[in-house]
Amino acid sequence: MMASKNIVCPVCGASCDDIQVELSGDKINVKNACKMGNAKFQEIVSSHRISQPLLREKGIVRPCPWEEAIERTAEILADASRPLIFMGSETSCEAMEVGLHLAEFLGAAVDSNSTVCHGPTAMGIQEAGRVGATAGQSKSRGDLAVYWGSNPLESMPRHMSRYAVYPRGYWTQRGRFDRTIITVDPRKSITAENSDLHIQLRPNTDYELLSALLVLLHGKRPHPSVEKVTGVSISQMEEMLELMKSCNFGSIYVGLGIASSYGKHRNAEAAFNLVKELNARTKFVIGALRGHCNVAGFNQIASYLYGFPFGLDFSRGYPRYNPGEYTAVDLLRERDVDCALIVSADLVSHFPAACAEYLAEIPVACIDIAPCPTTMISDVVLPGVIDAMECDGTFYRLDDVPIYFQPFTKSPFSNTKSNADTMKQIFEKVKALKR
Amino acid sequence: MAEILLRPKGSIGIMVEAEVISPNIFAGKNKAEIEGLLVWQGPVQLPLGEFFDVDVRSAAGLPERARPEETSILIEGDISRVKRIGQGMKAGWIEIHGCAGMHLGAEMAGGSILVQGNAGSWAGMGMLGGLLHIAGSAGDHIGSAYRGSWRGMTGGTIQIDGNARSQLGGGLVGGKIVVAGNVENFCGIRQSGGLILVKGSAVRGTGAEMNGGTIAVCGAIKQFTPGFVETGREENPKLGDVQLEGWYAKFTGDYALGKNPKGSLYCREG
Repeated sequence: MMASKNIVCPVCGASCDDIQVELSGDKINVKNACKMGNAKFQEIVSSHRISQPLLREKGIVRPCPWEEAIERTAEILADASRPLIFMGSETSCEAMEVGLHLAEFLGAAVDSNSTVCHGPTAMGIQEAGRVGATAGQSKSRGDLAVYWGSNPLESMPRHMSRYAVYPRGYWTQRGRFDRTIITVDPRKSITAENSDLHIQLRPNTDYELLSALLVLLHGKRPHPSVEKVTGVSISQMEEMLELMKSCNFGSIYVGLGIASSYGKHRNAEAAFNLVKELNARTKFVIGALRGHCNVAGFNQIASYLYGFPFGLDFSRGYPRYNPGEYTAVDLLRERDVDCALIVSADLVSHFPAACAEYLAEIPVACIDIAPCPTTMISDVVLPGVIDAMECDGTFYRLDDVPIYFQPFTKSPFSNTKSNADTMKQIFEKVKALKR
Repeated sequence: MAEILLRPKGSIGIMVEAEVISPNIFAGKNKAEIEGLLVWQGPVQLPLGEFFDVDVRSAAGLPERARPEETSILIEGDISRVKRIGQGMKAGWIEIHGCAGMHLGAEMAGGSILVQGNAGSWAGMGMLGGLLHIAGSAGDHIGSAYRGSWRGMTGGTIQIDGNARSQLGGGLVGGKIVVAGNVENFCGIRQSGGLILVKGSAVRGTGAEMNGGTIAVCGAIKQFTPGFVETGREENPKLGDVQLEGWYAKFTGDYALGKNPKGSLYCREG
């Protein structure tokens, strides 16, 4: 029996750092984690865990020695004319950094989950700028929270209790009673049911609603068609805006309802503009509820190393960025890459069918902890090490704060200590082949 | 006068970036020199001759003497996997009998490009002058600003005989874009000058965050941008050198951007 405290949860962007675990043999007992967190911690004792490297030759999959798998992965990358490196969001910044450098070395394209997640939010930040705050700020000061296109009770279950709604902060001593909650969602989600005001807009009209709020803020009446378009009356918009203007410290938490409904980065840009202008009246901040534990990490690492948050192309030796051209979905759909290295992500399940079909045609190597459609189409499967459980490293939390995590056990593989270690071994082999 | 004929040799795998296909670069070069110009395919540079059969014809005198404005490039075949053709061209003529890839005529300052088929996204991005005529349909971001910039096309003319998708003329500062068909979302977003004429209909976000210039839509707008305020009606308005027919409602906006926007949006009535 081994008990550990203050473990960081490697599931969603909340990066809860108060998890307690007891690992004994093939059983793990987890305290403080939500259902999603608990399920991930159970992976460490799962019988599904990939325990050895696998190689596909002429359609037959066989276990292979570690060295051979690394060698074959390096060959796939070195032989290709344009590789795609996909650094999934469920691994450490340290692994992502190696992936980015490997892409630069190869002249490859490199991307991460934000390409199908909050990438448009990052693009909105580039267009408009962002007024942000750490989660602690919002906890201590926030008396108004707006969940826009997000449903934290189901996608980030502890967000309300740890950061935004229920905790007692320095200036919010009475917790929930000191706070007003607004939810903007086409569905009557359980978050909406627990809110003081639910703005039930029609799907894909976020831009029009945000735009109308900005028009009201500028002292004009929006074009009357906006009521029919959004399904929200102008008087309801005024009520919402009054709540926003009269609070002491407001936070908007945007979800994929903004980033992945029609309008995409234009929705995000409008939301950032609204927050910017609300700061003329009161203190207002905005941030994204990031889905995976380190999806924010790739944006941070790629931005500080190479200047762009996702979808980088190194084919000319320097980083280039143009979502829609160098992003993973577009490269695969347009058949504009000829091999892929996929780390800690299941692209075949989550990308459009045309991309999955093309991935099945080209050489693919992947690093993963459990069998999934991506491991099934891969030519090489390297077993993954579970970050925050079996190795140390860094995640970026939803508010872009780096969280260093320490493991409670060690890597089950003698050949690698972490995914970052595996990536370094691949990089060394690629360098040897290209020399 | 020099006429250079390019024929794709076969289908292209990884997309090619060929900003060298431009009258400014072809001018004064013979067949061998043109074949030897380097294009990018992924991280490697290969000679143009790997992808195209090159034929140089000269109407009078030596092709080596032809200046850019006397140089015309004719491309026979589908080159939808070749990007950046005519990028930054300043003079001369390019005609494409087929479909063109992304960034066609991006940042062009003069001369003309005619595409008989469709053009990919980002055609005419940041265009400064000249004529870009797309006889088919076009992708997204036509005549717009590059990512992260609010200043797009500043001069010249883009004519699209088919439809265009989203973000047409994003950040338009000057020049004219005419679309005979329909557009989708955010046509003229962040526009601060110039003219966009859409003879068909638009979906949403028309003139969003606009602060100057003019947009006219002859068909319907499905989701009207909330920040436009009606200022009157006009019969047969004349917008620059474009004469419209019929009654138009005139709007000013976008009040979502600020308190005193100067964008004009004309919508045909009835």
